[in-house]
Amino acid sequence: MNALKGFSAPIVTGVVLFGLWEGVLALFNPQGFVLPAPSEIVGALIDNWSEVYQGARITGYVVVSGLLAGIIFGVLAALLVTRFRTANETITPLAVAINAIPIIALAPIFNNWFGLTSARSNQAIVVALVFFPIFINTTRGLTQVDRSQVELMESYAASRSRISREVRIPNAMPFFFTALKLSTSLAVIAAIVAEYFGGRQDALGPLITQSAGLTRYDDAWAAVLAGTTIGAVLYIVVTVLERVAMPWHSLIRSHREET
Amino acid sequence: MNVIEIRGATKVFNPGKGNQVEALAEIDLAVRPGEFVTLIGPSGCGKSTLLRLIAALIAPSTGSVEVNAKPAEQARLDRDYGMAFQTAGLFDWRTVSKNIELPLELMGWTKGDRRRRAKEMLELVKLGEFATHHPSELSGGMQQRVAIARALSFSPALLLMDEPFGALDEMTREHMQDELLRIWKETETTVVFVTHSIPEAVYLSTRVVVMSPRPGNIASVIEVDLGQRQASVRDDPAFHTKVTEVRVALRKVEE
Amino acid sequence: MPATDTMAETEDPLVREHRLRQQAAHETRRDTTVRIIRQTVTFVVFMGLLAALYAGYKEVGQAIDDRQHDWPVVGSVLPRTDDLTMPPIGKIIGQFGETPGGEDQIYVLILLDEALFTLREAFAGFMVGLVIGMAIALALAQWRRLEQGLLPFVIASQTIPLIAIAPIIVIWGRKNFDVFPWEWQDWMSVSIIATYLTFFPVAVNGLRGLQSPRPENQELMESYAANWAQTLWRLRLPASLPYLFAALKIAATASIVGAIVGEISSGVVGGLGRRILREAFNYTTGPDRLFASVLGAAALGIFVYLVVTGLERLVVGRQDKGATA
Repeated sequence: MNALKGFSAPIVTGVVLFGLWEGVLALFNPQGFVLPAPSEIVGALIDNWSEVYQGARITGYVVVSGLLAGIIFGVLAALLVTRFRTANETITPLAVAINAIPIIALAPIFNNWFGLTSARSNQAIVVALVFFPIFINTTRGLTQVDRSQVELMESYAASRSRISREVRIPNAMPFFFTALKLSTSLAVIAAIVAEYFGGRQDALGPLITQSAGLTRYDDAWAAVLAGTTIGAVLYIVVTVLERVAMPWHSLIRSHREET
Repeated sequence: MNVIEIRGATKVFNPGKGNQVEALAEIDLAVRPGEFVTLIGPSGCGKSTLLRLIAALIAPSTGSVEVNAKPAEQARLDRDYGMAFQTAGLFDWRTVSKNIELPLELMGWTKGDRRRRAKEMLELVKLGEFATHHPSELSGGMQQRVAIARALSFSPALLLMDEPFGALDEMTREHMQDELLRIWKETETTVVFVTHSIPEAVYLSTRVVVMSPRPGNIASVIEVDLGQRQASVRDDPAFHTKVTEVRVALRKVEE
Repeated sequence: MPATDTMAETEDPLVREHRLRQQAAHETRRDTTVRIIRQTVTFVVFMGLLAALYAGYKEVGQAIDDRQHDWPVVGSVLPRTDDLTMPPIGKIIGQFGETPGGEDQIYVLILLDEALFTLREAFAGFMVGLVIGMAIALALAQWRRLEQGLLPFVIASQTIPLIAIAPIIVIWGRKNFDVFPWEWQDWMSVSIIATYLTFFPVAVNGLRGLQSPRPENQELMESYAANWAQTLWRLRLPASLPYLFAALKIAATASIVGAIVGEISSGVVGGLGRRILREAFNYTTGPDRLFASVLGAAALGIFVYLVVTGLERLVVGRQDKGATA
């Protein structure tokens, strides 16, 4: 009962939103082909299933592989940097500033470096884009610990790595997962935009722009829907992982929501 | 005429649900003008809930609460009382002076009047030189003094305080108690004060209301008359006798 | 004990404690100056290291490349090191002072002009996004049911890669936005992308910020019988500022990214994105120009970030962060 309660509001809102969208287009139809009705998009998705599926597979591969590599690099860098206090104090603000760089603008350069028609330059963009939020947030989580918890461990004469395992890493988990959730949608956007500059021509990015160029907007939106689905699936996977990895965290949260 | 008149007030949280809590059972309490009444009791005895009933921050489930001979809700709308909380609860983005001016702004005072009053209040709590400081620049005790100045800024006849010194260290706490007593005398306000410190209750009050938990109820009322309050009273045998009396009453409540 | 009483009059223990705090605060302020200097130095050193890494790889890679053409790493996993793939740093820097053919300005001034154009697009979209985001945050903070229903969709909206469908928006704008009293310009369509990227962090963080005041602070306003607008203006909005600025930092840089990518994919002329696209097409004749224009985009991103950070210091800098948490 209670589990259903949490979902009822979004479902109702969703039905209302999509109903409005469909209804407004059906009633007024303002040269409405640019933003087709949901039913048309679903129709286009069914008609072009093989094309869209192929594109989603290629883009999905770029997203997942780039995401994984970005996470690994980001976490390793965070673990490394937090070992040294001065390195942490200087490099982390620097990383925050560098995160402000439009990394997608690097796509043409990466294309020249890694080959115009291979997916590797797209992966490189995703890795670069995912790296910074993961690195920054994990570093924060590893350092912003409760002093008294560390002191407690020190009073037990616990080793440094033991303190990391018992205090720092659990403390960093919520920070890490927040960045990870952010990264899933970032990775999808980065992959699709990077594909616009180059990479495999049967990926989702080219599919969107080619369809739009031919004014087949329902096809373009069907491909967008596929990209959104990749993002949503990854988001759900991360949420489930979060629950599994930090059962205490969701307990705290649901308790807070009750009171 | 009593400042506060509570008749048969009860409070039930989440009525009819699984997590229903009976917080207060049939409270009767009257507070006369100029009194300093302390509510004391173990956690869960509903002392904070009772204070919030008086403040009309929550409504009683049954019974009535009157402040200044009108319903508590009306008294809240008329801004008949000032309130101070366990944390000073100052607004970080306002200067000390501006924090004290907050209720005056809401009541539509002119800027000049507000400035003048804030200055007076800062003199009263002996923080005159800190008007333009931000709360984060002050120590905990000083923040709490600003909060008291804020509560008194519009000269309410009633001051409601919810464990205002609970987060302070013992030295600062005793100092603040003397400050509060001085202000109480100077302003002739009526005070209702929640605490769980027995010496604090005895030192400050003219009357200590001992409450019992599950559901919250008044177990006993102890009159305190220690004459002129000053630091030396803390060493007075009469003070210790009263402390023991309250302690015994609380022990009975726990059983 | 009258002695202690007079002591309290003259040497208030709370005031003494305050004096100690003032000293500590003074030291913190000095630390801030030191920190800014140290960060600037680090940044310069880091850029130097990056340049050294680039040049070093180019040198070593070149040597390996020259000797052994079939070594599989350089040129496949790692980039090739010839001057076309990796132009020398000196040439990239030098490019800023040169006047490209067909232009009458040196390159750095051209980039500056185009950066301003992109900045305008991003700023217009950013401001609209800020207003929409705050409106959503206010609505969600006000109605709990709405928060439960709408928030998942606000989050889901961000998985739609709007910057990738910029061309659709430009065409859409031309066709559908003649309802406005002014003539719809293509750059405004790019601004829409910036708006879209801005409203989300503003809405989410704004909501958290509006809900951040402690219960005591809410009760205090209630005890003053303050109405909704008064509580909003005097408590909830100021309390939300630290949260909001965290979002603005994300949003400001995101709107620059959105504007650049939007220009690239929509063909709007005049900004940095278009410049990067053009240099990418003319890569073989001037690879250093592409690198220089990408560096220009990076500088714009960092500039905007620094502006928002400076604004944050100005607005919420005087509050102690520890006191807000």
